[in-house]
Amino acid sequence: MHTHPTRRTLLIGAVAATALSACATSGADDDDTSAKGDATAENPLGAPQDAPLEVVVFKGGYGDQYAIEAGSVYKQRFPKTTVDHKGIQRVGEVLQPRFISDDPPDVVDNSGAGRLDLVTLVSSGKLTDLTELLDAPSLDDPSKKVRDTLMPGVVEEGTFGGKPVVLNYSSVLWGIWYSKPLFAKNGWTYPTTWAEMLTLCDQIKKSGIAPWTWQGKFPEYMNDPLISLAAKAGGHELVKSVDNLEPGIWKSPSMLAAADAIYQLAAHGFILPGSEALSHTEAQNAWSKGQAAFIPCGSWLEGEQQQVTPAGFDMVLGTAPSLTASDKLPNGAVMAASSESFLVPAKAKNARGGLEYLRILFSQKVARGFAQNSKALPVVAGATDGLTLTSGLASTAQTAKAAGENMFGYRFRTWYPPLGKALDDATGELLTKRLTPDRWAERVQKAADAVAADSSVTKQKR
Amino acid sequence: MRHGRYRFLAGAMLPPLLLYAVFVVSPYAQAFYLAFTDFNGVSSDVNLVGLDNFTRLWSDPLFLSALRHNALMLVVVPLVTIALALFFATSTRGGRLLRAYRVLYFFPQLLSVAIIAVLWQFVYTPNSGLLNGFLDRIGLSTLERSWLAEPRLALWCVMAAMVWSAVGFYVVLFAAAIESIPADITEAALIDGAGQFTLFWRITLPLVWDSVQVAFVYLGIVALDGFALVQIMTVGPGGPDNSTEVMGLSLYRNAFTYGKYGYASAMGVALFFLTLTLTVLMLRATRRERVEMA
Repeated sequence: MHTHPTRRTLLIGAVAATALSACATSGADDDDTSAKGDATAENPLGAPQDAPLEVVVFKGGYGDQYAIEAGSVYKQRFPKTTVDHKGIQRVGEVLQPRFISDDPPDVVDNSGAGRLDLVTLVSSGKLTDLTELLDAPSLDDPSKKVRDTLMPGVVEEGTFGGKPVVLNYSSVLWGIWYSKPLFAKNGWTYPTTWAEMLTLCDQIKKSGIAPWTWQGKFPEYMNDPLISLAAKAGGHELVKSVDNLEPGIWKSPSMLAAADAIYQLAAHGFILPGSEALSHTEAQNAWSKGQAAFIPCGSWLEGEQQQVTPAGFDMVLGTAPSLTASDKLPNGAVMAASSESFLVPAKAKNARGGLEYLRILFSQKVARGFAQNSKALPVVAGATDGLTLTSGLASTAQTAKAAGENMFGYRFRTWYPPLGKALDDATGELLTKRLTPDRWAERVQKAADAVAADSSVTKQKR
Repeated sequence: MRHGRYRFLAGAMLPPLLLYAVFVVSPYAQAFYLAFTDFNGVSSDVNLVGLDNFTRLWSDPLFLSALRHNALMLVVVPLVTIALALFFATSTRGGRLLRAYRVLYFFPQLLSVAIIAVLWQFVYTPNSGLLNGFLDRIGLSTLERSWLAEPRLALWCVMAAMVWSAVGFYVVLFAAAIESIPADITEAALIDGAGQFTLFWRITLPLVWDSVQVAFVYLGIVALDGFALVQIMTVGPGGPDNSTEVMGLSLYRNAFTYGKYGYASAMGVALFFLTLTLTVLMLRATRRERVEMA
């Protein structure tokens, strides 16, 4: 027990401490000697012919086959280079020291648990402006800019302070999932209004199945249908006002109506008992086993449930029903966001090569491979046309197509994580009836006001 | 010869000490420095902000509620664990079979915290969980509930898991201490007519007090942490509605989700001094006159 530090250990400690005290924050010297090649029609971004390219990709649920493929195309186009591909997890922990010392790779897919906070990267000026890439001719059709080959909202989602700095690869749609055969068997049809939803839930409950379950351990899953309903009622303006932290927006009629709609599920006992304590796996498995009819989730659900989905379950994605008679967005409007954030660090040694790599990555060929191997929807428009898709992915692709310009996405979660947390907490309480919709709105508004008043938070506008 | 030996010893000691200095001491020292900065984790452009981070701490409602939860755990966990461990250690004294039983108590000690948290999550899970299933079997189905989803119960559920995982080690520790009490002392007390309770209170406990004191300090440190259990087991995590928030979790969230490394370091520094103060206080408070055994 008694290990008094001796003078010697103290001295060593002190010396080591002073020698290393600036370690975590010590920067590298500023040298801007990014490699450059000649820009031609074949090579519009001027990627150097012989500089090596280092790509670090998050290897998660989607794998990294598509990124490897993009690398091999790059190698074909620039035979004198080498492509160093790394598919890893915990991207943030691995790359944090390299960003601090300004020695980053040339392309990064900053995704998955433990990724680096995007807003922090942007505000520290660590990312390259992607405008040049977006305005470059696309790989498949030189008469079309890269910008015009992407699904709506993708560029905006990667734009911070007016500058596009990130391009997400996988498009995620949020909705309410159900098994098509189960509904056909019982003669149920997916509701188009929330009033119909409640009537249908009553019917489902009588048949002995719980109408809803949700991933209660992580309350953000239920936020998605809630804020989707609000967006349908309040339109794009509401979404923007929420992201811009406008005073009183969480107490606006549309938002309150949405909170009340979700609250009604709990009030009527339409939720599988115990859902509030189920992890995403437990809740989704209960749903896959047919214990509940609806579950809210993003379009990764089919891939995630692959191992436990019974044959012939045929899950499909339904969009949030309309909330009021005077909804601003039409039926079929859907909440969409994209993930797998590809970026080119500002201090990359081969930034031009990084941009060229992204031009290849966002081509039809690589995107189709992604849809087939990773069972997810790439953000490249039309990439899934003519492919045979599984039930869930097909419904996702179809929903995306049908929605067209009526896709919306909130950004406050990325911009202001503490607000996201406050919303999660409040929604968890709403679904257990410990909070009324009014009190819910009051609490979330208070959190939004606190973020707005916090001078240490960099504010974003859209 | 002696000189050679010292040189050998120094040579053997120096590398590990150096590694310790680089990988343990220096990060600690850096954390102290970072607590006074606005370090965001990726930028080397770091500004000193004085005591800003520390003043923010005292107006951060989440950190304050975390502090309250840790305080409650600090009162409950050591007391319950030590009481249970003393009870098990004394009641498994006689007979070979009972002693063998002690091994069972020790099992949780062999599991990593992550596994313990996952196991207890299965115990508490509402629809197929062990606890609700058990209540159902013995006809107490009215008591069934979503244990970890009720703000009033969640923290107690976490503490139960914490006590369960810690108690075995102290059973073994106390059992060894009790074993070392000379038999003639207990015999003399029994001859003088002491009952089991008096024997424990007047003879056993004072003679194992050193071990109990150590247990208080260790368990106090465990109670001030609780991060891993809360992070894996609870709703949110830290919920429902922040009812299981602990300081370690606040720190983790601020650093790794909010990118406020400076602020998180300030929490770490506060936690460091809290633990240090409490250790000293506990050692002081539990100090008794030492009983010398011949």
